[in-house]
Amino acid sequence: MKEAKGSLLYLDGVSVAFDGFKAINNLSMILKPGEMRAIIGPNGAGKTTMMDIITGKTRPDSGDVIFDGEIDLTEHDETDIAAMGIGRKFQKPTVFESHTVWDNLELALNRRRGVFSTLFYQTTGKDREQIDEILETIRLTARREELAANLSHGQKQWLEIGMLLAQEPKLMLVDEPVAGMTDAETDETARLLREIAKTRSVVVVEHDMGFVRNLGVKVTVLAEGSVLAEGSLDHVSANEKVIENYLGR
Amino acid sequence: MITPFIIKALDKKASWVVAILVAIAILVPIANLALPRDSAFHIPNYAISLMGKYTCYALLALALDLVWGYCGILSLGHGAFFALGGYAMGMYLMRQIGTRGVYGDPVLPDFMVFLNWKELPWFWYGFDMFWFAAIMILFVPGLLAFVFGWFAFRSRVTGVYLSIITQAMTYALLLAFFRNEMGFGGNNGLTDFKDILGFNIQADGTRAALFAASCIALALSFLICSGIVRSKFGKVLVAVRDAESRSRFFGYRVENVKLFVFVVSAMMAGVAGALYVPQVGIINPGEFAPANSIEVVVWTAVGGRGTLVGPIIGAVLVNVGKTFFTAAFPEFWLFALGALFVGVTLFLPKGIVGSVSGLFGRVRKTEDQHPNIHSAAKEAAAE
Repeated sequence: MKEAKGSLLYLDGVSVAFDGFKAINNLSMILKPGEMRAIIGPNGAGKTTMMDIITGKTRPDSGDVIFDGEIDLTEHDETDIAAMGIGRKFQKPTVFESHTVWDNLELALNRRRGVFSTLFYQTTGKDREQIDEILETIRLTARREELAANLSHGQKQWLEIGMLLAQEPKLMLVDEPVAGMTDAETDETARLLREIAKTRSVVVVEHDMGFVRNLGVKVTVLAEGSVLAEGSLDHVSANEKVIENYLGR
Repeated sequence: MITPFIIKALDKKASWVVAILVAIAILVPIANLALPRDSAFHIPNYAISLMGKYTCYALLALALDLVWGYCGILSLGHGAFFALGGYAMGMYLMRQIGTRGVYGDPVLPDFMVFLNWKELPWFWYGFDMFWFAAIMILFVPGLLAFVFGWFAFRSRVTGVYLSIITQAMTYALLLAFFRNEMGFGGNNGLTDFKDILGFNIQADGTRAALFAASCIALALSFLICSGIVRSKFGKVLVAVRDAESRSRFFGYRVENVKLFVFVVSAMMAGVAGALYVPQVGIINPGEFAPANSIEVVVWTAVGGRGTLVGPIIGAVLVNVGKTFFTAAFPEFWLFALGALFVGVTLFLPKGIVGSVSGLFGRVRKTEDQHPNIHSAAKEAAAE
C-alpha cells in the first residue's frame, strides 16, 4: 500500500484465472497522475482482462489494485468505480444506439445519477455548453440530432470517446480505439487522445504499432498475463523477449 | 421539482391522449345514462361494462410497456400484480356485504363461515375501510415487485431467465391462491359483491362511474409514464435496455433503475386489477394464470411497445377481437391469438403504432432533409 502513494493507478501482483487458465499472472504496473500509457501485446496477453479488473467487471484472485493512492478497487463494482472517475472505452464501439448523439453525451455527463435526480433533472445552460464543446472536440456538431445508430464506425468510436470526456474521469481506459478505422481517422484519433491526455491520465490498449508510435508515450508490453517490458517504444522494440513474443512473429 | 416533470409529461401528443381519455370518461357515461334508449348515440349497459374491462386491460398493458418497451424487462408475470390489486379490492367489497351474505355473518365472508372459521384472519383486518384497501391496492403489488426485483436485479438476472422466473412467480401465486387455507376464497375466489362506497355495484350509475374512474386512472397513469419516459431518467431506461453494461460503466446503478420502474409498473397493474374486479363482479385465482400474463405481452406487442399509446390501442383492439371471436367461433380464438402474435412479430415488429409513426417519420424526414442540405451548403460556402 505504501508504494501506491502518489500514484493514480497501482497494480501489484495481480492474478486471475478462468477455469485454470491464468489470464493475468502476477501483473504489476504503476501509472502516475497525468500520464499516458500505451499497452501492447499479442492476442490473449490479458489486456482486456486487465481493464475488466480495473473497472470492477472481474474480481482478481489475488493482488492489489489501488486507485488514487488509497482506494482498493477490488472492493467496488462497475458503477462505483465509474463514479470515482475511471472511464472506459470498449473495443467494439458501444454507444446508446437509439439515442441521439446529443442524448448520448447528456447521459454521460458527470452529474448526479440517482433515480430521483434523473427523474426531475433539468438540462442547464452549463450542460449545453459542455456538450457543445465536446461535440466540437469530437467533430460531431453537425450530427448532434442524428441517432447514434446512424453514425459510421469511426464516428461511433469518437462519440464514445466524447462520452468519456463528458464523464470527466481522472483515468481513461481506451481499448483499441483505432480498430477498423481508416488512416485519416487513425491520425485524427491520435490527435484527439493526445489532446485528452493533457488533462487526465489515459491508458490505451492497441495493436497498431504505427498508432502507438504516433502517440509517442511510454509503452508497456504484456504477454501471457504479465509485464514483459516497459519503456519507450524504441526501447521495448529492441528487447529480445519482446521480439520473440510479439514483434518477430 | 415536480412542475418541470409535469410540463415535460404533457407534450403535444400526450396532452391529446389525456384530453381524449377525459372526454371519453365524461361523454360515455352521459350517452349511457342521460340519452333515451332509442337515441342513436345511446350506449347500452353491456357496452359500458365491456369498455370498462378494456380500459383496465389497457392500463395493464401500459404498465407492462413501461418495463418491457422502455427498460427491456420482459415480465411474463404482470398478471400477478393485476390480480393482487384485484384481490385487495375484492376483500374490501367482501367486507361491504356484511349481513347480506348467505350465512348472514356480520364480519366473516360466506366462504369463511362455510369453512367453519370462527375468526377473521389478521390479513383481512382493515379491509372494511376503503382508504385502507386503496393503500393496499398500491402497496401489495408494489411490495411484491420490490422484493422480487431486489433479488432478481441485484443478481443480474436478465433476459429470458428473468421472464421465466416472473412466469414462475405468477404460477406459484396461482397455486397458493387455489388453496382454501390461504383465506382468499380458494377456487371460487371472491364474488357476490353488493356495494362499493355505499353505492349498489349493479346500478347503472355505479357502473358508469366505475368506467369513468377507469378512464381517469388510465389518463393519470399515462401522464406518469409520459413524464417518466421524457425525463432524463427515461433516457437512462432506454440506455439500460439497449446497453445495460455500458450504462453501468457510466456510473448508473442499473439495479435501482430497474427496481424503480418495476415497482411503479406493478402498482399501475394493481390499480388496473382493482378497477377491473368491481366491473366484472368476481376475482378468482384464474387471474394469476400464466396465460393471462402472456396475453398482456401480445396486446403490447400488437399495439407497439416502446410507444405509450401503442399498448392502449393494442389492448383494446385485441380484446374487441377476442369478444367477437369467442362469440362467433369460440374454438378458434386461441389460434387467432397465436397467429396474430406470429404475424405481428414477423410483419410489424414495432407494432401498429410503431409502424404507423415510422411511416410518418419517414415522410417528415425527407421534408427535413432540404434545410439540412441548405445549411450544409452554407457552411461549405462560408469556409
